[in-house]
Amino acid sequence: MRVLAAMSGGVDSAVAAARAKDAGHDVTGVHLALSRNPQSYRTGARGCCSIEDSNDARRAADVIGIPFYVWDMSEEFHEEVVEDFIAEYAAGRTPNPCLRCNEKIKFAAVLDRALALGFDAVVTGHYARLETASDGTVEMHRAVDHAKDQSYVLGVLTADQIAHSMFPLGTDTKDEVRREAERRGLQVAHKPDSHDICFVADGDTPGWLHDKLGTRPGVVVDEGGEVLREHEGSFAFTIGQRRGLRLGRPAADGRPRFVLDIEPVSGTVTVGPREHLAVDGLMGIRPLWCGAPPDGELSCTVQLRAHGDEHRASVRLDGDRLHVDLHDPADGIAPGQAVVVYDGTRVVGSATISATRRVAGAVPVR
Amino acid sequence: MSLAPATTSYLDHAATTPMVPEAIAAMQDAMLEGGNPSSLHGSGRRARRRVEEARELIAQRIGARPSEVVFLSGGTEADNLAVKGLYWSRHRSDPARRRAVASAIEHHAVLDSLAWLEKSEGAVVDLVGVDAVGRVDVDALRATLERDPSDVALISCMWANNELGTVQPIPEIVALAREHGIPVHSDAVQALAHLPVDFAASGLDAMSLASHKVGGPTGVGALVARRELEAVPLVHGGGQERDLRSGTLNTAAIAAFAVAVDLAVTRREDESARLEALRRRLVEGLRQAVPEAVVNGDPEPGPQSRLPHVVHLTFPGAEGDSLLMLLDAAGIECSTGSACSAGVPQASHVLTAMGLDDLAARGSLRFSMGHTTTAADVDRLLATLPGIYERARAASTAGRR
Repeated sequence: MRVLAAMSGGVDSAVAAARAKDAGHDVTGVHLALSRNPQSYRTGARGCCSIEDSNDARRAADVIGIPFYVWDMSEEFHEEVVEDFIAEYAAGRTPNPCLRCNEKIKFAAVLDRALALGFDAVVTGHYARLETASDGTVEMHRAVDHAKDQSYVLGVLTADQIAHSMFPLGTDTKDEVRREAERRGLQVAHKPDSHDICFVADGDTPGWLHDKLGTRPGVVVDEGGEVLREHEGSFAFTIGQRRGLRLGRPAADGRPRFVLDIEPVSGTVTVGPREHLAVDGLMGIRPLWCGAPPDGELSCTVQLRAHGDEHRASVRLDGDRLHVDLHDPADGIAPGQAVVVYDGTRVVGSATISATRRVAGAVPVR
Repeated sequence: MSLAPATTSYLDHAATTPMVPEAIAAMQDAMLEGGNPSSLHGSGRRARRRVEEARELIAQRIGARPSEVVFLSGGTEADNLAVKGLYWSRHRSDPARRRAVASAIEHHAVLDSLAWLEKSEGAVVDLVGVDAVGRVDVDALRATLERDPSDVALISCMWANNELGTVQPIPEIVALAREHGIPVHSDAVQALAHLPVDFAASGLDAMSLASHKVGGPTGVGALVARRELEAVPLVHGGGQERDLRSGTLNTAAIAAFAVAVDLAVTRREDESARLEALRRRLVEGLRQAVPEAVVNGDPEPGPQSRLPHVVHLTFPGAEGDSLLMLLDAAGIECSTGSACSAGVPQASHVLTAMGLDDLAARGSLRFSMGHTTTAADVDRLLATLPGIYERARAASTAGRR
């Protein structure tokens, strides 16, 4: 097959490309330039958008022995990921830009362009497994290394996208991948993992959002409505957040307080005790299915954030809305994040959380 | 041993052209002998002799005096030295001279030097636009100068544009500048091997040359500068080159540079005719193969119009990088002609200056031929392009759905 390897400059995508080559495919490496001005995004070894990363990807391609190009995806990335990120925060939600990038850029704009250019598939260094079921359909499963599993951020892929994807790392641990990179002579073998948002240069997301959205003053209140402090923008808060609230004085009972609710229009941020965060149901919009959508009520597990716990749940699709009942309550669930539905290790699909249902007795439902 | 597949059609000679065997031999010869041309002993004298013979040979071939040839590391350094060095010197002798005038389609070595002068030295930079074939608008230049000729430190205009191949009106520009006593620098890097270049006859005050565009090695070039021209050096040290440029001379590269210049200039007439015929074959064949393709630059052949070896094309609806990648996979090497930092393609300032919109600029490719190019390369390109264009066009729509 003719395979396009998306190479971020990190160790995972480098080893994935090398494995695709070893498997006998005709592999071409591509680094996605996500900013017209790489300096404006993060530089250094952590991100995926810097000149160093582009050079690291190029050098890995040299060592693997594949052609290498840089594809300018800056316009698409800005429109689909960065602007969406800003708009979501402005609306009081907490977006996950990595999912968005997979859905709109890597496995859409890039994959479509690759297919049109005559490639058969895109290979990436994501930790997930693809298995061909007995009926010939391709299923996506969690990676063997659960600590590294990235099936959550791939939960937005459709069956068609999965059919044109390759994830050669899903059966290995990160340590094994690093050792293999070293054996292959790849300079990125010990490059640190990226963690933060690649387009926020210094990792200061609230500061970055403040630059984009300006000052939008509001207040932080407790559940009784008492004003605890003023703030410069509700986008600096995320549901479930405890650190950095700077509330000045402790709660009456001395217990830590968490962000329970964000009302973006008035800018009111409500805080309260941890138990009031508990959610036992949620609503998802924009459902995307990796295969057949669930028919009737599906007993399954769901994951509600990257590297989050699995929760037992039942889900039901009603038109384009996904109703999720959690069998065990979850904390700190923010609208805007994705709910990814699993059947065992298999990814069924995903939806964007639009509303949550607090456990009876907690603050009002939004 | 060569890393490139034997079947490659190399159509990127304007980026760099393969070294001619005679230059390689001269380089090897000098490297085997060694010696620092500044040393006073026999080895030094022998190395110095190679450098001076090279200087004389180059001077002879380009209509300059040997003392006017200043060796340095290449075209970029020559442009930097000419632009900054002239600006500093002219501004120093008369602080009112703060303007630097250049065409909008200069190489980045000139444009970025000007931008640096503007940002760091308080210079005022005036860029003169070009017409639809990419030729400097002399009337606009005149108007710019006549606004206040006394405050202009220098004019820089390339001899022939590296992306389009369009030859610039150097005689008119020199005549204009003469009226006001303003020095003119020209980047002649692309012109040297393909156009009759005579420094004395041109009336230029300074001219940049690069070895690797004419069949010599990379890492060496020259600023040809009139003796009486005062320029402030960029690189200080031993003062080896007229105190304009310091650093131990790269004897072997200089010797090879001279051999390459000698061959390029003596072969120029025949070679230009041969390349012009190949270009015609390509452009005419293209009308059949890809009728949508637009040929940019001056359509008129001849040394006053355009370089014989450059074909610049716009492929409507396709992305240059898609085309380049597919051609590369098919063994045909060309250029998107765009400036790259981290390999991020930007629409070429040359194309936008001549009025192409961003999309058309991004859908453009430069093919440039040279001494290794044959009719078979051209025919192969013509046979390959239609399928690739179709595919790249589909990819462009796919990416934007």
